[in-house]
Amino acid sequence: MNLTIPELSLVVLIGPSGSGKSTFAAKHFLPTEVLSSDVCRGLVSDDPNNQAVTKQAFQVLQHIAGLRLALGRLTVVDATNVQPESRKPLVQLAREHDCLPVAIVLNVPAQVCRERNASRDDRSFGPHVVRQQLAQLRRNLRGLRREGFRSIHVLDGVEAIEAATIERTKLWTDHRERTGPFDIIGDVHGCYDELVELLGKLGHVVEGDATAPRVHHPEGRSLVFVGDLVDRGPRSPEVMRLAMAAVRESGAIWVPGNHDVKLQRKLAGKDVRITHGLAETLEQLAQEPESFRAEVEEFVRGLVSHVLLDGGQLVVAHAGMKEAYQGRASARVRDFALYGETTGETDEFGLPVRFDWASEYRGRATVVYGHTPVPEAQWVNGTICIDTGCVFGGHLTALRYPERELVDVPAHKTWYESVKPLGTTTGAPAAPARPYDDLLDLKDVIGKRIVSTRIRGTVTLREENAAGALEVMSRFAVDPRWLVYLPPTMSPSETCREGPSLEHPREAFAYYREAGVPHVVCEEKHMGSRSVFVLARDAATAAERFGVRDGKQGVVYTRTGRPFFTDQDLEAAVISRVARAIGKMGLWERLDTSWLCLDAELLPWSAKAQALLETQYAAVGVAGTTGLARAVELLDQAVQRSPECAALRDRTAARQAMLEDFVAAYRRYCWPVDGMDDLRVAPFQILAGEGKVHAERDHAWHMETLAELAAHDPEWLVATTWLPVDLTDPVQEAAAVRWWEERTAAGGEGMVVKCREPLTRGRRGLVQPAVKCRGREYLRIIYGPEYTAPENLERLRGRSLHRKRSLALRELALGLEALHRFVDREPLYRVHECVFGVLALESEPVDPRL
Amino acid sequence: MLLTISTTHHPASDLGYLLVKHPDRCQTFDLAFGKAHVFYPECGDERCTAALLLDLDPVGLVRGRKAPGAATLGQYVNDRPYVASSFLAVAISQVLGSAMGGRCKGRPELAEQAIPLDVVVEPVPARGGEVLIRRLFEPLGYEVDVTRHALDAAFPSWGESPYYRVELKGQQRMRDLLTHLYVLVPVLDHEKHYWVDEAELAKLLAKGESWLQGHPERELIARRYLYRQPRLARQAMAQLVEEDGVDPDEKTEAGARREDVLEERIRLDDQRRGAVLAVLKEAGARRVIDLGCGEGKLLRALLDDKQFEHVVGMDVSPRVLEMAAKRLRVEQMPPRKRERLQLLHGSLTYRDERLAGFDAACLVEVIEHLDVSRLQALERVVFEFARPATVIVTTPNSEYNALFETLPAGSFRHADHRFEWTRDELQRWAQAVADKHGYQARFLPVGPAHPELGTPTQMAVFVR
Repeated sequence: MNLTIPELSLVVLIGPSGSGKSTFAAKHFLPTEVLSSDVCRGLVSDDPNNQAVTKQAFQVLQHIAGLRLALGRLTVVDATNVQPESRKPLVQLAREHDCLPVAIVLNVPAQVCRERNASRDDRSFGPHVVRQQLAQLRRNLRGLRREGFRSIHVLDGVEAIEAATIERTKLWTDHRERTGPFDIIGDVHGCYDELVELLGKLGHVVEGDATAPRVHHPEGRSLVFVGDLVDRGPRSPEVMRLAMAAVRESGAIWVPGNHDVKLQRKLAGKDVRITHGLAETLEQLAQEPESFRAEVEEFVRGLVSHVLLDGGQLVVAHAGMKEAYQGRASARVRDFALYGETTGETDEFGLPVRFDWASEYRGRATVVYGHTPVPEAQWVNGTICIDTGCVFGGHLTALRYPERELVDVPAHKTWYESVKPLGTTTGAPAAPARPYDDLLDLKDVIGKRIVSTRIRGTVTLREENAAGALEVMSRFAVDPRWLVYLPPTMSPSETCREGPSLEHPREAFAYYREAGVPHVVCEEKHMGSRSVFVLARDAATAAERFGVRDGKQGVVYTRTGRPFFTDQDLEAAVISRVARAIGKMGLWERLDTSWLCLDAELLPWSAKAQALLETQYAAVGVAGTTGLARAVELLDQAVQRSPECAALRDRTAARQAMLEDFVAAYRRYCWPVDGMDDLRVAPFQILAGEGKVHAERDHAWHMETLAELAAHDPEWLVATTWLPVDLTDPVQEAAAVRWWEERTAAGGEGMVVKCREPLTRGRRGLVQPAVKCRGREYLRIIYGPEYTAPENLERLRGRSLHRKRSLALRELALGLEALHRFVDREPLYRVHECVFGVLALESEPVDPRL
Repeated sequence: MLLTISTTHHPASDLGYLLVKHPDRCQTFDLAFGKAHVFYPECGDERCTAALLLDLDPVGLVRGRKAPGAATLGQYVNDRPYVASSFLAVAISQVLGSAMGGRCKGRPELAEQAIPLDVVVEPVPARGGEVLIRRLFEPLGYEVDVTRHALDAAFPSWGESPYYRVELKGQQRMRDLLTHLYVLVPVLDHEKHYWVDEAELAKLLAKGESWLQGHPERELIARRYLYRQPRLARQAMAQLVEEDGVDPDEKTEAGARREDVLEERIRLDDQRRGAVLAVLKEAGARRVIDLGCGEGKLLRALLDDKQFEHVVGMDVSPRVLEMAAKRLRVEQMPPRKRERLQLLHGSLTYRDERLAGFDAACLVEVIEHLDVSRLQALERVVFEFARPATVIVTTPNSEYNALFETLPAGSFRHADHRFEWTRDELQRWAQAVADKHGYQARFLPVGPAHPELGTPTQMAVFVR
């Protein structure tokens, strides 16, 4: 006998001791699929035959079974299960996980069981045990269906058991092998003319007339209807006729809507209330022959609640489908598909308040659904409702998959008045209160997390670091919808082993050459404050793309996600000035985007760091110079009296000179700022725009493009000076060293050496995307005024870059991942997870001077 | 950092005997944190000057230190190597220990004699400025001359630095001068480079033996010297007061004023908590969550009332939560009480299923710490998803700020406040939130009412 069981089910083996359950299970299932009560007895008590621990053993068994079913794994319970009360919790368990309970009964003569048990020295119980078990089994055999088993296989006798084969079948909902492309059509509600128009717009060819329509697509696109083809509208029978033809002949899919099912129940003679537009459909159907009504009833009855398509990446259901229910089968899954979930409350119009499952949705599959009319189809956490209320005078909308394009046609008229008030302009019903994209959930960020990135595999975030990041993110960061990127930290070049300072281009060049990178780009490092610009062509575009309704055209934030400016007007002015230059240059068009994310340095340093300058740098400067100046003066006097003071005088004069150099070092990066005109913006990388993460383009492109941008506002935008270097050419390298020396001698901060091609991989994985090479004078600000004293330098050379470099790569991976996810229009929580991760990593302890 | 001590005592060169440092030498002493040098720029019969120059090791100071907040550059670039601080006190005790102890083999009688001294310390970081410098040294008989340094001459707009050149002139015994500096320099700086413990109390009492009792600022000196150890400071005061028998209730005028301000604040805090409790009781709430619980004052009050069967405190800062657990003595709580309390780390801008199922939620002085643009997220987290039957929100009433004399117009009461609302602003916000999420809103005053400006705190109560 061939037993068919659903791919995802809870298989309950039923048979007395010695009936061969374990042998049967081992023959047909994976060892890990089988949960044996005897094994569980052993797990909790070291004795697989210990009857005293039955309760504990079954707790273990049911717990594991529950976990497996939640993960979508077929599970077999190998226990006698001869009493209804022992089977009841198993049926319950299957229901809880929305999969089908299957019973396989091994009905073996008592004699056989007894002989088998007798041959095993670990089974010492008397013959009456098997007799009782068999009696219990046979007494309840006919009640199995009533107990809730959906599929029951009884194998009578040893031969039947021997001969049995098992075939696993797919669920009705499982069409994962169909990869599309699909055109998914929203709630039609009898709007036949609009449907035909929409199909035409999508490139489907509708032939024949309304009484015998046929539809196909020259490029083989398949139609998927999200249900509610009927009721309220003018031509429900024609819509159904077309849909049925498409399903039968062109491989279309129709998932049923609540209206479709109610109509079917009415046609099947059930007592249903003739409300919500059913009357119109019945009236229209009255014009049709009886055979058509029967055909409709039978057809709709056979529809499957929801479908999984494209390898499980796409789920279509009338009212949506939460992750836990996808690909499952139970009454409540079907109910969810048809009606959604309600909170049990009703709104002011007496309609049930729907549970907003989409705002909680964190599944990886795209879910397309209808059911609740919305003025505009919008993505929420990877789900989209495409019921745009055509029958109420809105639009009929289709989603092209995998393109994710929306195509719609306006309603020809308002066919039916909504119970809820109509929207003022579109005529569509008022939208349920839900913003563009949804609120983040604490579960999206807290605890130990492992984030997959496309450039560097997984990045692990420690729980305590996430906790710290939560505070920073909640208290200080800009709205997460703006926060599409945080910049990674950058390591310095290897420490010079000798010489007057800690960093020199020599080490940076050697690092790249030895990593197998021939071409680098040297970029001048501006000493200001790091700033990320996220901006759009105008406020409306920003609202549309970022979903933030704060009326801003863009934001500027710091490397930890804080607003750069406290003054909103200043921020708006800065954003609009940058946007103006972008517009003048035609960069929007050139990059085919209406928004950009730029990495930049905002000058002067004192604009943002004034408090730090006053409390720290200027304070150290004045404290050091005044004390030492007086000391030198007095030592000069002392030397006159006592020549042995000369050494101390020289030493102190040298210290004084270092303090004065320190003051000179920070002064270079300060100038008074009264308003926007005193600021300078030096963009050095175009991170991303619509459809593309530019951060992965070569740096020469960035430099050239941004120099062109700066030329459109040369007073205010600063072009970064740069130099391409071929590291296999000593002449070029020497020129680059000179370039650095000249700049740092003139007080420049230094330079950043970047792989010309970002994301270059060397022998040991990703090469550092960039290393910085800071000037000797600039480093006084970092290492303290007196770091250049020989005894100090020697000790500082012991610094280690390992952690910093590892951190730089992990943060880069997360930052780029955030951009990719945003560009790919992934849900907010997916973008936020990465940005949050960068912040969490930043709380790892690393020497801040690096 | 440089300290010079000059005298015009005759012969002035006896200064060498007093300090036990030969005037013709340049001596260097190794200290744990660097070096100290002693030299004499001048030494004649009329006038002699000794200089103590500190030469701290800026790299050594921060090596291997894993202090909290180590992730900032402030740890590495700071004024410590260059200013008069507790490092100077240690240097005095180690390099000029004999002189401070009044021991002088060469001129024993001179050590007991008050001689004309002229002392310059530079730079002195003085919290409290020139006023405090004078209040500390003038009562000890010094003529004080103070010059303040600008932060940076190139940027006059940056204003003054916290550093002073301090010159003290007076007839003093050397040992007294040195103990004055030993105690008062760190008091002006108000920081210590080492951990303050019981030994520090003994040091203060010993060094101040001859002069601290009678010093009008002795309370401030004790408090600041025993840096961040109020218990030790109280102990010091008890001993000082006992010694001279002054009525312990007598307070300086300034101290009394400070306390008034403090009491005002405490009273408002209490009134706010009282008002919140009243609303919670009236609502019959049993399960209450305090969102943004801080260090847990409201939680303590809730736990003291049996009506509140389940009390949860949530805060966004893990540090603050730890502090709350400590303050509430969670570890020592009897199990019955402990069971009623739960502390959660969470945020008001992230939805959190743990926040569901409460009778009431309190947001006491919380919303003003969020940017206005993030309030929308808070609204959804609290009113759409957590949905307690009662929500209590308190926030400052900005109209009342006009009554705070020390508060400049247009500024907020707390540096982290992102906004402060008028009564009208709160009411408009609250009404809109209530309408949107199916609550009724009402408004209550908290604190002493002004006829036009209302109360210092305003409260919105939302009921579903």
